[in-house]
Amino acid sequence: MGTDTPGIPIAGGVEAGLDRTRPHSTRGTYLEIVHSWVVTVDHKKLGILYICYALIFLLVAGIEALMIRIQLSIPHNTFVSAASFNRLFTMHGTTMVFLVGMPILFGFGNYLVPLMIGARDMAFPRLNAFSFWISAFAGILLYYSFIGGVGLSGTGSAPDVAWFAYAPLTERAFSPGHTVDYWAVSLIASGIGSIGTAINVLATVFCMRCKGMTLMRIPLLPWLYAVVSFLVLVAVSPLTAAQAMLMIDRYLGGHFFDTQAGGSAMLWAHFFWIFGHPEVYVLVLPAFAFANEIIPVFSRKAIFGYSAMVAASVCIAFISLGVWAHHMFTIGMTSFGNAFFTLSTMLVSIPTGIKTFNWLATIWGGKIRFETPMLFSIAFIFQFVIAGLTGIMLSISAWNWQTHNSYFVVAHFHYVLVGAIVFMIFAALYYWYPKMTGRMLDERLGKWHFWLMVIGFHVTFDTMHIPGLLGMPRQIYTYEPDRGWTTLNMIVSAGGFIQAIAVLIFVYNMVHSYFRGETAGADPWDAWTLEWSIPSPPPTYNFAIDPVVSSRRPLWDLKHPEDQDSPYE
Amino acid sequence: MKSRVPLRDLVAAVGILHSCAGWAATPSTSTFSNASTPAREVNDLSLFVLTISAGIFVGVSVLLVYALFRFRARPGDTTEPPQVFGSVQIELAWTIIPVLIIVMLFLGTARVLFSVQDARKPASAVDVTVVGHQFWWEFHYPQFNVVTANELHVPVSSGASSRPTFMKLTSADVIHSFWVPQLAGKTDLLPNRVNEMWIDPQSTGLYVGQCAQFCGTQHAKMLLRVYVDSPEGFQQWIAQQQKTQAEIAADAQGTASTPINAHDGQIVFEQQACINCHTVAGTVANGRFGPDLTHLMSRATLAAGATPNTPENLRAWIDDPNIFKPGSLMPAMHLTGRQNDQITAYLLTLK
Repeated sequence: MGTDTPGIPIAGGVEAGLDRTRPHSTRGTYLEIVHSWVVTVDHKKLGILYICYALIFLLVAGIEALMIRIQLSIPHNTFVSAASFNRLFTMHGTTMVFLVGMPILFGFGNYLVPLMIGARDMAFPRLNAFSFWISAFAGILLYYSFIGGVGLSGTGSAPDVAWFAYAPLTERAFSPGHTVDYWAVSLIASGIGSIGTAINVLATVFCMRCKGMTLMRIPLLPWLYAVVSFLVLVAVSPLTAAQAMLMIDRYLGGHFFDTQAGGSAMLWAHFFWIFGHPEVYVLVLPAFAFANEIIPVFSRKAIFGYSAMVAASVCIAFISLGVWAHHMFTIGMTSFGNAFFTLSTMLVSIPTGIKTFNWLATIWGGKIRFETPMLFSIAFIFQFVIAGLTGIMLSISAWNWQTHNSYFVVAHFHYVLVGAIVFMIFAALYYWYPKMTGRMLDERLGKWHFWLMVIGFHVTFDTMHIPGLLGMPRQIYTYEPDRGWTTLNMIVSAGGFIQAIAVLIFVYNMVHSYFRGETAGADPWDAWTLEWSIPSPPPTYNFAIDPVVSSRRPLWDLKHPEDQDSPYE
Repeated sequence: MKSRVPLRDLVAAVGILHSCAGWAATPSTSTFSNASTPAREVNDLSLFVLTISAGIFVGVSVLLVYALFRFRARPGDTTEPPQVFGSVQIELAWTIIPVLIIVMLFLGTARVLFSVQDARKPASAVDVTVVGHQFWWEFHYPQFNVVTANELHVPVSSGASSRPTFMKLTSADVIHSFWVPQLAGKTDLLPNRVNEMWIDPQSTGLYVGQCAQFCGTQHAKMLLRVYVDSPEGFQQWIAQQQKTQAEIAADAQGTASTPINAHDGQIVFEQQACINCHTVAGTVANGRFGPDLTHLMSRATLAAGATPNTPENLRAWIDDPNIFKPGSLMPAMHLTGRQNDQITAYLLTLK
């Protein structure tokens, strides 16, 4: 297509997309508003519900983390008991992965995927609502454990078997009572919700795209969400199956993992990590997806190597299904097994390396605007490089015999989960909050949030690597004063509180800006994907007229009719 | 706490100092301070990988910082930069270079992996069977017919007198993990399964570690002590451990009188539930659930390293194990003060 061809990617342009059919301010009574949120099947409202739900649990699990850090700040501390500490870290991990990470990423997926592919809703709106509400039920069930069982005294019967819940500790011989039951049943419930959402996203991306959006014109965010959904389908199912087997062991006399009756402890580890490792990519690929949208806009350049990015994402998904036993280098596999999983794990670094270099190349030669979403994205690249390098170190199976289950591992996966994923979630919230609410988040508070978060993060998690290398195992409620871990733990704990202050500023910013924020308008960042072509917040039906696109950046084409993208793609 | 301690650890952690075992008043748990072949080979590999990683990190960081500075938007400039969509050559370059790095790292890893994990057991090796329990360690020496708990004694294996210790590891209940960082990486102890690892400590002394796989309430206080003895010291220790209490009592005849309460203590010990779980070789006590107490007084600590083995601590431990180790599977037996004194006096004779 030449430049003289009238390139109008959206039928009627931005103006025609505006909603003039009904005023925005039709608000009912409070009861009506609540009712509308409960019965909604609108992907945008469900997306916001997911995000709010996840943010509430982020605060809860954050408080648990702070309690863990207070307990570990000095040796032989008695801030919490051994039993409570075990519940705290189990709940912290389980919550952050299943009630914060997955829901918030599904929330963004729900909200953004239909908007970015020019659809009016997800493929199965009611399945979507079902998925959210069963996930919400899972969260409430898990947290009911604090007051269920032995009651309100302290910690109730909250799970205390660590987030990977290795058998046979979870069998009734070693975990009588209902701690494991709460954990297993709520994860079955949340697993069903996740699988529902995965099916929905796959169907939406592959069947609901607007006219002109071929596979290689899908923006990278929906592309990566399709890959993530495939992974969820493949990876969450074994976890759900394993939970069912565990419950059969506990209540129906099964012996899958019951070693006292000839079951296998290693079997559980395989089941858990064939879920657990792809799960890392389920969480991190959406973070990549946000980076793929945000970094180009704030560098003012198209993403470098679009097709390489798509290929790398698909590669990561496939490779990640063959690396799970790198969590099990010390469990007694053969040397050949250890070598295989060393190599397969190292292979992941190739596609992730391609991604990192492509982000660098996108920035290269751009005109970078350092607004809050971009600041978080830059910190993300930097921290993800370090997380990737410590990941390679952990894949060295012989060295892993030393680092496995030490604080080095804890530091590594927090570098991924906080340094990469949480940072990109913050970037995404700053970037899309205007679209969701119609208001900008305060930029000055955003800068405070960013800098405190970066400082707190590095004080905490850079330091945390060292006690691991000095022999400190994870999941211990206290430690001996003569091991040389004391000062380091104190620093780690202090950093945790700096991060907590940053998060409080962010929460204040979210609430404050919702009422007092600057009005955003349809396209506050001068961006290029379809969601910015409609008002903020978008009307229920999204697009008054079905959009038609002729490139990956329809709004670029619209804004630069003399310089269309399509000839270069 | 002394201020030099964290500095020492930091120095050790960055690998500037390979061996700081001599510096430390207390045993080190640093993975960089190795005293045995498996730990040393892993340490050398780790420094190699750290060097390569540092190189990659510096390279990427310099590129990123340069790009951020060089390509920042200038105030007032509203034009868009030239749009670049990609380059096959460049993509190929940053695919192939990482492949080469990975090949290098993998070959380095494979060498250490196979040499450590598949090492052949020499005829001179000492065999030890390690059984993990919630929350303590049981050690068997099948060659010497010795059973002990929590404090492993092995012979030094330096130079001419190579005498490594080969361990078979299993568990009586849940998964545990044996980790003494200066001697070797960790190996898990699984029920229904036997894993193997080996160490060849190069110098005598005390090496510490702990359980590295979450195993329940008191995972944190499942500590490990490994004493590396001189060849003669090890023989003496074995000889002492092989004695039954009857033999020890016979040795003691005439040299020192038995404490007043000790005999009563043995009666209380054998009449209460103690013997359901504990063994004292040569007596009716032959329980297998708790640690073997035959030579309790030869150990420096109680309750898997939770507290020093002093008469006061021993008495307090028998009175209520939760004082030192809440969640310990040994119950408080609700003995009278007098019974407790008697049992303590008895246990103090188990040398």
